[in-house]
Amino acid sequence: MTTGFPAQRVPAATVAPQQVERPETLDETHVEKPWITIVWNDPINLMSYVAFVFQKLFGYSKEKATKLMLDVHHKGRAVVSSGSREQMEHDVARLHAHGLWATLQQD
Amino acid sequence: MAHGFRRTRHGLEARFSRAEASVLRQLATELVALLETDAPPVPTDPLEALVGIAVGQTQRPADPVLARLLPDAYADDDQAATDFRRYTEPELRAAKRSALRTVATALGTDAAKVVLDPTTAQSWLSALNDLRLALGTRLDVTEDIYDEMESLAADDPRLPQLAVYEWLGGLEDSLVRALAGW
Repeated sequence: MTTGFPAQRVPAATVAPQQVERPETLDETHVEKPWITIVWNDPINLMSYVAFVFQKLFGYSKEKATKLMLDVHHKGRAVVSSGSREQMEHDVARLHAHGLWATLQQD
Repeated sequence: MAHGFRRTRHGLEARFSRAEASVLRQLATELVALLETDAPPVPTDPLEALVGIAVGQTQRPADPVLARLLPDAYADDDQAATDFRRYTEPELRAAKRSALRTVATALGTDAAKVVLDPTTAQSWLSALNDLRLALGTRLDVTEDIYDEMESLAADDPRLPQLAVYEWLGGLEDSLVRALAGW
């Protein structure tokens, strides 16, 4: 999503037009995939509470927090933050402290 | 408690009948006790004690309520989930117990009016949410529980606890809205 560090991208211009090899190898070596924090739907947590926690923990607007809450509710899950593994472990710990069902994984 | 929490010039205020105060205190006390089961021992290793990091359990709790309150942080990496749990679960359990004790000690055996400052309100909110998670997990509720309650027989043994669950939902929702200013 929008928090944390965006993934570094290798600009297309760095690949010379005449280069035959595909640039995937370069991508895998130099670009570390970001980690993401996922909140999963559960039948108990109140919708108002979940939106409130997103606002409080991540500083999101009421609109963004509500949209994420509705994504969790309707799609079963939503990515609520992204960044380094350490940052996402911190976010998951804070979400667990607030009773939300959260996990982290590499995107 | 017709209206739950509301914002006044003194803080976030709610009134509880004698029965409501008693039920809430009892539930909070029981959940504190549950969160103490299988809790990690106080460090005996001198270095560990010196460093001050309590090392906790490595297994997901067998009790469904504890498993819900202390979930795995990694869905598909058991080793990472174990490591995360070992270093974060003691603190998580302690924070939850502390919030629940805040609620339990605010309520006696009589009707009560509570007035919460912003910090205490956060403790109450966490505690009320954990109480709903615990009760809802024990009762195995679905998202349609309020509709299902309408069709339960009057003598269904789950009905009294479901009534408490529903009441907790209204109370928590009122606290969220009072805190958020919605």
